Amino acid sequence: MLRALLLTLSVVAIAHAELCKPDAQNAFKVRISIKTALGDNAYAWDANEEYLFKAMVAFAMRRYSSKRTTQISNVLLCNVTDRVSFWFVVTDSSKNVTTVPGNEVEAAIRMNRNRINNAFLLSDKTLQFLKITSTLSPPVEPSTPVWLIVFGVVLCLIVAGIVFLIVSGIQKHKKKNKDSTERENLEEKVEVTLENGIPCEALDLKPGHINGVFAADDERFTSL
Amino acid sequence: LSAAPEMPTEDGRPKWDNKFQYILSCIGFAVGLGNVWRFPYLCQIHGGGAFLIPYFIALLFEGIPLLHLELALGQYLRKGSIGAWNTISPYLGGVGVGSWMVSILVSLYYNTVLTWVMWYFINSFQEPLPWSVCPLNENRTGFNEECYESTAVNYFWYRKTLNITPDIAESGKLQWWLILCLAACWLIVYLCTIRGIETTGKAIYVTAIFPYLVLTIFLIQGLTLPGATEGLIYLFTPNLNTLKNPRVWLDAATQIFFSLSLAFGGLIAFASYNPTKNDCEKDAVTVAIVNSMTSLYASIPVFSVLGFKATTAYWDCLDRNIINIINEFDLPEESIMRQNYTSWISFLNSSYPEKIAGLKLKSCDLQEFLDQSVSGTGLAFIVFTQAIILMPGSQAWAILFFIMLFSLGLSSMFGNIEGVFTPLLELQIIPKSAPKELISGIICLISFLIALSFTLGSGSYWIDIFDRYAGSVPLLVIAFFEVIGVVYIYKIKRFSKDVEWMTGRKLNLYWQITWKFISPLLLLIVFMAFVTLQMQKTPSYTAWNPKYEGFPMKEEKVYPPWVQAVCVLLAALPCVCVPLVALFHLVKRKRRSKDPSFVPPEVFSCQGANS
Repeated sequence: MLRALLLTLSVVAIAHAELCKPDAQNAFKVRISIKTALGDNAYAWDANEEYLFKAMVAFAMRRYSSKRTTQISNVLLCNVTDRVSFWFVVTDSSKNVTTVPGNEVEAAIRMNRNRINNAFLLSDKTLQFLKITSTLSPPVEPSTPVWLIVFGVVLCLIVAGIVFLIVSGIQKHKKKNKDSTERENLEEKVEVTLENGIPCEALDLKPGHINGVFAADDERFTSL
Repeated sequence: LSAAPEMPTEDGRPKWDNKFQYILSCIGFAVGLGNVWRFPYLCQIHGGGAFLIPYFIALLFEGIPLLHLELALGQYLRKGSIGAWNTISPYLGGVGVGSWMVSILVSLYYNTVLTWVMWYFINSFQEPLPWSVCPLNENRTGFNEECYESTAVNYFWYRKTLNITPDIAESGKLQWWLILCLAACWLIVYLCTIRGIETTGKAIYVTAIFPYLVLTIFLIQGLTLPGATEGLIYLFTPNLNTLKNPRVWLDAATQIFFSLSLAFGGLIAFASYNPTKNDCEKDAVTVAIVNSMTSLYASIPVFSVLGFKATTAYWDCLDRNIINIINEFDLPEESIMRQNYTSWISFLNSSYPEKIAGLKLKSCDLQEFLDQSVSGTGLAFIVFTQAIILMPGSQAWAILFFIMLFSLGLSSMFGNIEGVFTPLLELQIIPKSAPKELISGIICLISFLIALSFTLGSGSYWIDIFDRYAGSVPLLVIAFFEVIGVVYIYKIKRFSKDVEWMTGRKLNLYWQITWKFISPLLLLIVFMAFVTLQMQKTPSYTAWNPKYEGFPMKEEKVYPPWVQAVCVLLAALPCVCVPLVALFHLVKRKRRSKDPSFVPPEVFSCQGANS
């Protein structure tokens, strides 16, 4: 009896060892970086965490294909290193000593990646399933690009400034015209305006005469 | 006979509200983008602190004398560049026309650089910053390929901003977002220059002072960043051996010359609005020294940030290697830290050399990261934006940085536009009754329409061409003729008397010597060396080509012949104005002297009552 039990156990153990080893068929390597993700709040990777991992994988397999009844004992872990990294396979209890095909496992993990990550407080980068690519989330794009809004604001300010300056320029010009016509009317009536002590009428305000003394106009130009 | 001309006090010419506005405008014109993104780069590649020696020698013998000459000229003759040179001698009118043309060409492309700054500014309000993440590809399995192979920052600059074509011959399409920003920029320029110095004088208070505030903020923040001290030590450690290379002296001379914005005609225009009895000598020395001090002051935060970026890149390199090793050997996390990395590497290399070799680890060298020197748009839009992502509160830093760049560029634009505007007002092409607002509006509109060509896919290649050919050689030629014209044609004795009349004291011997001999000689040498260096290799450019084998390295290409012709045209056109106008006047005089019924024209035109 005992011998039979030992025999079955050893067969199972050998079978498991055959199924789960590095680079085995349908086996996946997992790499976990707890310290990078959590820093001081890092937990230690022990047998309990391994149990949780097996549970999550079983959960993922169950959710993926409803006809499967994957148990925690179907998930085999091996070659756990200090890194922390290990290999795992999912065995099929209905068929003896075989593993679930890799693409099914991959699809199951992909579908439930978020739940698995959150169970361990990790992310896609710190809980890596080598060979299983993750779908990247697109960056959030608002309906109107932000830069267009800022540009609109800047443009409104500039146009407002230009309109203000042009309008004030026109107003100043009108006021200057009005003032000068008023001044002209005033001058005619009231007083004789003086320029340097000489009444304006006496001055000849035409633009310039040629002074005969300065006949040598060559001196105006520098000699070459 | 050189009597002081009767200068009427009220000649209707606009004037500065106060002296401070004038000084600030000159400083704003001189202090531009080059102080931030060219001077630190030159310091870095030419032996750090040692570069300051040729720089200050060039400032003393080339920068300050030429600056004083221009300011004194404008102030005395009270005319823009074309009018001033016509007054000195009609044969030298070409110098003014050349300045005017260079101002036009530079205004066109300079505002497009400001367009890029504005585009980055309005994109800085997003969270996360758009140049920090790569967009996804079509089936969302990974990142966009072009972005993934280079970096997110490069992708945003070359693809999302410029949408650059792989070759200058391919023009691509007009980029509508750049057109919007270009329109906004020209509207801002119009707003500030709408009534000439009346409006720029008010705007300059903000645009000239604000960059100093931001530089101080960046200085304080930059010094607190990790790795800042490495950057600063690297920058300022003098390496006196570099002074043996004549290239260093040439770069110092050209940097001083272009940094002070000489020969554009803008400084002459600014000074022409001054009262004549103004101490232009003190002004010139002030402006030149403030400009150089600003360059030095700006290089401190720039290098703190570059040191921070290099240190972060070095740490990233180390971390990547560490992760690779840990994953390969399944070692526990945090067993290898940055500090004991080298000891671990040597241990593992001795025990498992094949495994280590198989990992293909990159060698991480901090010096190598510090050596990556960039200048110009690469510094602002690629290197600095990458550093800003790494800082906490990146939106605020990005916004501050781009507003600072925009103010720096805008105050230089004022000088350029003034160099175009003032001579136009004096040329008597435009009727006096036309309001200033209309003239400045037309100038801005025409410039906007021409500058639309820079918003094409190949636009940035063309801007490089304009920068290299229109904004370099012609200026040297014009400055040379400026000095020769004043010293030998107007005669230095006469000019000294004029300056004496303005400043109220005798001209120092230093000015006489530099104006007569040193500055023209220096300019000639610099011009020859510059042209020789340009001619030594066929003009080429680096293109961003995603299909290139060496991508993300840029592809080195040669300009096609028609582009080379345009380059020569850009460089030659302003220079050729000088002899052309002289020739024109010579022919006119010869024809007049042959005509016996020639009556000398009215040379004296009084502007008002002569007291």
